[in-house]
Amino acid sequence: MKRTALTLIVDPIACDGHGVCAELLPERIRLDRWGFPIIEAGGIPVKLVDHARRAAESCPRLALSLVERPL
Amino acid sequence: MAAPEGIPRLLAGLNGDGRALSLDEHVNQWGPPPASMSASFIDELDRSGLRGHGGAWFPVGAKWRSVRRSITKRPIIVANGAEGEPASGKDRLLVHQLPHLVLDGAVMAAGALGASRVIVHVPGSAIPTVESSIEERRRFGVDSVDIEVVEAPDRFLAGQESAAVNTINNRNSARPSFTGLTTVRDSGVGGRPTLVQNVESLAHVALIARFGADWFRREGTPESPGTALLTVTGRWAEPQIIEIPLGIPLGHALGLRQEDARGIQGVLLGGYGGGWLTAAAALDMPLTEDAARQYGSSIGAGVVALLPSGICPLSEVSRVVTYLEGQGAGQCGPCVNGLAGLDLVMEKLAFRPSSLHGGVSTIPGLCDLVEGRGACRHPDGVARFIRSALRVFADHVELHLSRGACRGNTAPMLPVPTRPQSSQSSPLRPVVR
Repeated sequence: MKRTALTLIVDPIACDGHGVCAELLPERIRLDRWGFPIIEAGGIPVKLVDHARRAAESCPRLALSLVERPL
Repeated sequence: MAAPEGIPRLLAGLNGDGRALSLDEHVNQWGPPPASMSASFIDELDRSGLRGHGGAWFPVGAKWRSVRRSITKRPIIVANGAEGEPASGKDRLLVHQLPHLVLDGAVMAAGALGASRVIVHVPGSAIPTVESSIEERRRFGVDSVDIEVVEAPDRFLAGQESAAVNTINNRNSARPSFTGLTTVRDSGVGGRPTLVQNVESLAHVALIARFGADWFRREGTPESPGTALLTVTGRWAEPQIIEIPLGIPLGHALGLRQEDARGIQGVLLGGYGGGWLTAAAALDMPLTEDAARQYGSSIGAGVVALLPSGICPLSEVSRVVTYLEGQGAGQCGPCVNGLAGLDLVMEKLAFRPSSLHGGVSTIPGLCDLVEGRGACRHPDGVARFIRSALRVFADHVELHLSRGACRGNTAPMLPVPTRPQSSQSSPLRPVVR
């Protein structure tokens, strides 16, 4: 069986560095010196999945997606 | 027709006067293409081991298969000869002088993938030749597919896969899309599954279809079979395009021995998104993409530039970084900001190192901030170019920091287009903070 994990990916064209995502998911997302998100690589741990979903849904540019990716 | 032997392969068809081979001459040279193509040709491509010569070296068979997977819509074939890389000339050579080899490969892709539309994406200068070649084929009823031509803008990123599709779709010309969720293989030209294949790759396809995978594998190594075109600058009086079997040492390909390394400050492999190597390492390196990556570089689209002694390498690097910064699509924040920062520090390092507080220590951190953070690989390429330059020219960096910039102007060596490209500038440039 192929193992997958929920992963956050950002569309860097759509992203304008609003910063909501880092506010809602500081465990996985920090902002660079210009205010653009740096997302920690790897799958989202189960206990953070709800926070990750909220971060993705709250992006004003819809630039953040929570997707299933092969491990 | 008997399978041709030895090298050159692709370039064996050149007629020597710079003119495009006519359809007659082309068929005399290579024989007629197979009458029909089926999906089983993709297995033959797998066996051949052909990888893409546009820069990414992705296995061609696997790429075709991934386009064929989405079978509910007819796919589109794009023969990509945009060649935005200023130091590369091999794709232009192919479309100007061997257009039928490229067109054969594209039409074969259409046959194998069930496409009925082929789009040739080339710079404006190549359009008359390509159009008259298409007209020749039409007259003789060679192809059962429609072939169109779309002009590739004169931009570094014009040949990037999604940028080419955007140009063809008449949308956001020569600017890449974010392809993290869907790629052009799923939804490209007109929303259809799209194969974007470099013209040199297609020329190899045209020969594999005639003479087979085993023939293709007679040159090169088992892991990197076949031949490749290289555009070589700094070896002879003028840049030259050569065809080499993959896997031979670069020195052998260029007719240079290890002792010749002394007169060469560094070797740029793979173009402006590639990486610098010391001459000693480069001349010994087997020309395969895997070896190049182990050396922190890439064969990319086959660019080789030798930097002779007597030229300040840091001013060469700075000029190129300024060009690359200006060629960004201006769409992604980390790239827009990071490349501007990198351009500034590299310019200081080259021309006014005393203003570079903290030396070069900030540069790797800036590279970290752009790598993997654009919609396309442009920032990654710039970072690789800079990181490898700091490594290979470390002694020269020390000289600048301790004694100041090199005096006197030497003629620029690496080609950087100087024509203003204001008509192409982005209306969508985001706010830079």
